[in-house]
Amino acid sequence: MNQEATTKTSYQIPIGPIHPALKEPVHFEFEISGERIVDVSVKLGHVHRGIEWASRKRNPIQILYLAERICGICSYCHPAAFALAVETAADIQIPERAEYLRVIQGELERITSHILWAGVAAHEIGFDTVLYLTWQIRERALDLTEYLTGNRVTKGIMTIGGIRRDITKDMLPRVKKDLQYFKDNFEKLCHIFLDDKTVGMRSQGAGILTKKDALKLCAVGPTARASGVKKDVRVDTSYFAYGDLNLKYITPDDLTGNVNGDVYDRIIQRLLEIDQSIDLIEQCIDKMPSGDIVAEPDIQKLLNQLKKVKGEGVGRHEAPRGEVIHYVKFDGKSDSPYTWKVRAPTYNNILPWIPMLIGEQIADIPIVAASTDPCMSCTNRVAIVSDGRKYELTKEQLHKLSVEKTRRLMK
Amino acid sequence: MTKDKKLTPEELVKSFKNEFKSNIKDAIIKKRAAGSKKNETPSIWMKVDKSVFKDVVKHLCEIQFPHLSIASGNDLGRNIELIYHFTVNYGSRMKEINFNISVDLPKSKPEIDTICDLIPGALITEREKMEMLGVKIIGIPDDKRCFLSDDIPKGVYPWRRDETGADKLYKNLHGGKK
Repeated sequence: MNQEATTKTSYQIPIGPIHPALKEPVHFEFEISGERIVDVSVKLGHVHRGIEWASRKRNPIQILYLAERICGICSYCHPAAFALAVETAADIQIPERAEYLRVIQGELERITSHILWAGVAAHEIGFDTVLYLTWQIRERALDLTEYLTGNRVTKGIMTIGGIRRDITKDMLPRVKKDLQYFKDNFEKLCHIFLDDKTVGMRSQGAGILTKKDALKLCAVGPTARASGVKKDVRVDTSYFAYGDLNLKYITPDDLTGNVNGDVYDRIIQRLLEIDQSIDLIEQCIDKMPSGDIVAEPDIQKLLNQLKKVKGEGVGRHEAPRGEVIHYVKFDGKSDSPYTWKVRAPTYNNILPWIPMLIGEQIADIPIVAASTDPCMSCTNRVAIVSDGRKYELTKEQLHKLSVEKTRRLMK
Repeated sequence: MTKDKKLTPEELVKSFKNEFKSNIKDAIIKKRAAGSKKNETPSIWMKVDKSVFKDVVKHLCEIQFPHLSIASGNDLGRNIELIYHFTVNYGSRMKEINFNISVDLPKSKPEIDTICDLIPGALITEREKMEMLGVKIIGIPDDKRCFLSDDIPKGVYPWRRDETGADKLYKNLHGGKK
């Protein structure tokens, strides 16, 4: 090492576009001093696929299936928000039963997504046994999804004006049995995450997002709620059947009595939300009225109706990661919408990463970055540029750093 | 954070009309019911003049610090329309109002002031509007590209529908002009 390098006080680590811990490419540039992160900048768009452009040549029904492919985990939320936007623009009334069925599908997706996240978080700090346990529970949720929709991932369940499949009486015993299974395992998950000393040591006080920052930076979903911001589209507004149901804001102080806004709070937040989702599905099963499940079953008629629509609409839905919003404008001249704008929750949870990561150690990057549950796709390596030379740190090495830190703390 | 008044949609619109008079060009309140109980969610669609846009956002921040969901945009031929989707009154059961503020910018001079100093969370969406619609955001703290890759030529704005749109870049894709 030359003289210049040894006297340098900070250095930069670019992480990404292919990135550890995250599920989608994103580029970070960390300014590091010793082991501490002093500054972060983020570059996005490595998987910008021009989906909004692709919609210019598609009709609203085709766009539903395009929207489904924006994200594999939120494959219900995007078509849901799109359908809400189109229904608002065209003023389509949805049958009551469909509203309840939509809630059941949405909450089932939340359970699947939050359990997936719990497994990823455990993996990031080196508890792979917990990863296997959580994903075993998730498998039951996916099986139930398949039972109710016919598919495990891209469900193809949403349609404009209603929903495509009913939940009939003979299906209810299976649904109830699986809900009971989630409830039994919920206790177990809570015990593993909340009573374990090492999980606490890695997550308490790490990646803090204050309530003020969460508000200023427009954070959404569990990330905002874990910082004490009472914001949840399901509670704030009345859409689907959420307005009929008994639900309240969940923040981590419901369990612990205070809000710290750290990674630990985000774990508590998601666990409590799993419980809430189970309760919401049960309420829906009890209260669901009988009747039609779609306003206009003839798709050609529906498309002809939509062709004449002139106007705009916004659809907002609380996805597992937070508020997803779609804006649709029809000009009344063509089959496809004039404009379609999609905004996924992670979009708003990018800027909050910066206050969360500043002051943390390199080994904390995976768990802090993962704690917002960013909806991005999987990755491989990190390049470290130091003293003008380039090192490559693979995902495995970075993961190893994180695991080693856990092991050190356990001693 | 500023004061935290919870206004109804009608009071909100009235407050803006009193403050900005004829610069509020259009304000519509729409309500949409859902579920068996038919509880309603209100939305306000308000069109404001470009000259007062920043003051409108400032006025909104004074009433209550809003949540900025996203800004979307339309290429309307002669004008570029930006729509800022705010929400206010979150935090209490079914009280939230969708507040959409739109502003028309002439295509010959598509410029607008940044609101990052009022709402720091607007940065990414403002950067997106710069690269996708070719709108100049005056005073933005970071004007680098956010979503587009560096090899997309300057002066190409994918959301536009005129010759500055990205159609010529799509020639190798299914559905693009060869």
